[in-house]
Amino acid sequence: MSTEKMTIHLKVWRQKGPNEPGKLVDYTVNDANEHMSFLELLDWLNEALMKKGEEPIEFDHDCREGICGSCNMMINGMAHGPQRGTAACQLHMRQFKDGDTVVVEPWRATAFPLIKDLVVDRAAFDNIMAAGGYVSVNTGGYVDANAIPIPKDEAETAFDYAACIGCGACVAACPNSSASLFTAAKISQYAHLPQGHAERKKRVVAMVDQMEKEGFGDCSNHGECEAVCPKEISITAIAEMRREYIKAVL
Amino acid sequence: MEIIENSPKLVSKIPDGPLTEKWSKHKNSIKLLSPANKKKHTVLVVGTGLAGASAAASLAEMGYNVKAFCIQDSARRAHSIAAQGGINAAKNYPNDGDNVWRLFYDTIKGGDYRAREANVYRLAEVSNSIIDQCVAQGVPFAREYGGTLANRSFGGAQVSRTFYARGQTGQQLLLGAYSALMRQVHLGKVEMLPRREMLDLVKVDGKARGIIVRNLVTGDMERYAGDAVLLCTGGYGNVYYLSTNAKNSNVTAAWRCYKRGAFFGNPNYTQIHPTCIPVSGIYQSKLTLMSESLRNDGRVWVPKTKELAEQVRSGKLHPNDIKEDDRDYFLERKYPSFGNLVPRDVASRNAKYVCDEGRGVGSGLAVYLDFRDAIKEQGADTISAKYGNLFEMYEKIQGEDPYKVPMMIFPAVHYTMGGLWVDYNLMTTVPGLYALGEANFSDHGANRLGASALMQGLADGYFVVPYTLGDYLATDKPEKVDTSHPEFDKIEKEATERIDKLLAIKGKKTVLDFHRELGNLMWDYVGMSRNKEGLETAIEKISALREEFWKDVNIPGDANYYNKYLEYALRIADFLELGELMARDALVREESCGGHFREEYQVDGEAKRNDADFAFVSAWEYLNGEGERLHKEELKFENVELTQRSYK
Ligand SMILES: Cc1cc2nc3c(=O)[nH]c(=O)nc-3n(C[C@H](O)[C@H](O)[C@H](O)COP(=O)(O)OP(=O)(O)OC[C@H]3O[C@@H](n4cnc5c(N)ncnc54)[C@H](O)[C@@H]3O)c2cc1C
Ligand code: FES
Repeated sequence: MSTEKMTIHLKVWRQKGPNEPGKLVDYTVNDANEHMSFLELLDWLNEALMKKGEEPIEFDHDCREGICGSCNMMINGMAHGPQRGTAACQLHMRQFKDGDTVVVEPWRATAFPLIKDLVVDRAAFDNIMAAGGYVSVNTGGYVDANAIPIPKDEAETAFDYAACIGCGACVAACPNSSASLFTAAKISQYAHLPQGHAERKKRVVAMVDQMEKEGFGDCSNHGECEAVCPKEISITAIAEMRREYIKAVL
Repeated sequence: MEIIENSPKLVSKIPDGPLTEKWSKHKNSIKLLSPANKKKHTVLVVGTGLAGASAAASLAEMGYNVKAFCIQDSARRAHSIAAQGGINAAKNYPNDGDNVWRLFYDTIKGGDYRAREANVYRLAEVSNSIIDQCVAQGVPFAREYGGTLANRSFGGAQVSRTFYARGQTGQQLLLGAYSALMRQVHLGKVEMLPRREMLDLVKVDGKARGIIVRNLVTGDMERYAGDAVLLCTGGYGNVYYLSTNAKNSNVTAAWRCYKRGAFFGNPNYTQIHPTCIPVSGIYQSKLTLMSESLRNDGRVWVPKTKELAEQVRSGKLHPNDIKEDDRDYFLERKYPSFGNLVPRDVASRNAKYVCDEGRGVGSGLAVYLDFRDAIKEQGADTISAKYGNLFEMYEKIQGEDPYKVPMMIFPAVHYTMGGLWVDYNLMTTVPGLYALGEANFSDHGANRLGASALMQGLADGYFVVPYTLGDYLATDKPEKVDTSHPEFDKIEKEATERIDKLLAIKGKKTVLDFHRELGNLMWDYVGMSRNKEGLETAIEKISALREEFWKDVNIPGDANYYNKYLEYALRIADFLELGELMARDALVREESCGGHFREEYQVDGEAKRNDADFAFVSAWEYLNGEGERLHKEELKFENVELTQRSYK
């Protein structure tokens, strides 16, 4: 494996707290290499900062496999950076060139208030889920799993929507800060499964209303959300959500 | 060190009667709480992975008031989300002869006969309900063309009993449990408290009555009181620094409870997973698992000779150009009846052996997992449908296309079978304190079979604790306690002082420096194979490292705001204590079983168990600053015959 060193210049958003001023700060990492992940580059930089007595850059992360949805950052103006279908934690430095300058900023949306540096509060997503993102079945209240056959392609479509990791990239990329793709993905998942049908109408109305209450904007079909989604969830979810909504309120 | 044989403190509460009837008899005989009484009780659920989310949702549905806590900003992000391959159940949908007994048998055998028969049988018994429950919630499992559920095979089994949702089974199961949890949040029965880290347990009159947590956003200490505490805080594989666990996975909650009187069961039992992406450099922050399901179609091999391996490593020879005769499919060769699907410990150890022989590829610490033949037989599309997202993940990390070049894999720390000791009701040795999921020691013995952790987490949360907790509350009738009780003052003060002490050190080394060093010690001496001398070295070195940590660690910033490196330091402080206990536990166990391989105890490279002397659970009791005491729970096998595991 090649271990050639790369120099990467970073401009990182630093902000101590929600009510403090923030700014982009310049850093240079001289000993990066192409096999590092982007978060490992930040770890590496943080180690150097702490050894100099400076405060490290805060960012959320956990699984580092693109599945928990914790990591969230704008990299060169793109949610999760330049590689399609890839969360920031899976982005590797081989996507960049020696000498590149990379700008790193937090998600920016009214509904995602900033906590510190790159860390934001995404509780609004949980609130949308609590409003109706479930099938109301108690533990034990079920029939045999094979009692209701589900056509394979329907199950696959439901899965495609269910793959959402709730990271919020769709919101960060949207000029209106809309949470439509996130909300629609859940609604569409259940719309494709017989288990979801009983509460279909109630669910779509409750979730869409909650989305508005949380301060997310409207969808005006820019399609940026689909382009940045690390799970490549299709924007057809939003069309499905609209159909579901109309059917529910008519 | 004091050792207590057949310890009277370890009352397993295994019900009498035939194995197959124990659980139903137990359920029929335990006390129930009326709905009106459930409403009067508050349950604190720490952790919202599969175990915690399923327990919190189920208990709230039954009427309890639940407060649930997690480290991440949302319950949905717990480490369970990353599970890939699948979940076992004895449905026998493929009609290949599976049943509850066989699932029980495979699991107890897979665990190398170091788990309780009764617990494992119950697990197999409730497995089918889990699948029903998840389907009812709208979990999009993989299906056949006829619309029925699909199954695949996993290691250690000769039937196809694993249910899956592409390579994202954990995600879909957790989102199912999370959605049930959020429904209860909406109904006001669960108060969800994310970005909170439990730092200690509060006991009143010897019973678990509350917790001290740090609010990770404000840095404030918070107190919560309840009638029972459910620890669902996951495993501690990160003591090895590099593991497949999520970065926030840690032992702190369990360790703090250990120091408050909960015994720690089998701490040394660690699972090293054979199929992970190899380490690429010092900056590496975690290891990525390639699901075991890949071993259904991928073939594991290395070059037959050291010379060929050397040519591959130096880039002179491409693996695809190595002739069939020059490849050693070592698992298929040594274990013809299970082949590539031998249990994890066996597969890992054999990968280590071939690399020790100088036949490793990549950096020398890797073997191939090759899909060439599967693609030839089934077509690239079929393989992509089965494993597409795993192949993509591999390519993102390694920069190589596994459809064209064989994957490179190497074993990595993955799961900890050890955990807090619990009785049949999942209660620890502290009354009112329960441990569920990976945080307990209960069902996997010395080695866990693939696809059974998801099963266990959900069994504990959906189907076990909802019954057993009621029995405790109905029998014990805990008095009301609130957070103004002086015990809360005392424990909170201790937690605060610990943080202040750490921050005041202002040394020269970062937390990561210490974590890495600890990880190296653990991997070298308490890893895939262990021996007496090495374990003694580990004990000495870990203790020295711990001392150095408390003198020379440098934690940036302050405690009164979001400070991830402070959180990290608190966790490493506990790992530095746990590591030593793991080594002590491994030292006492003078046999090889499952994931615990003692070099002194082997026959032809295979583990040599010693049932006459070691068919027991080690449960460690913390003795306030004066070391620890070992209690033994004897394991009785009345239904299975103990055989030396053979996968040949
Ligand atoms: C990559 C990977 C793949 C896997 N694949 C499979 C598979 O295919 N099949 C299978 O059966 N098993 C699999 N496993 C194992 C399985 O995923 C885990 O054992 C299981 O999910 C653990 O669930 P849990 O609920 O016990 O804990 P976790 O999911 O780890 O949840 C722990 C929870 O506790 C919280 N927590 C921890 N400490 C504290 C604290 N101090 N205060 C407050 N909250 C705290 C966390 O925030 C989190 O919510 C896999 C594991 C890994 C690493
Ligand atoms: S850290 Fe989990 S998705 Fe990036």
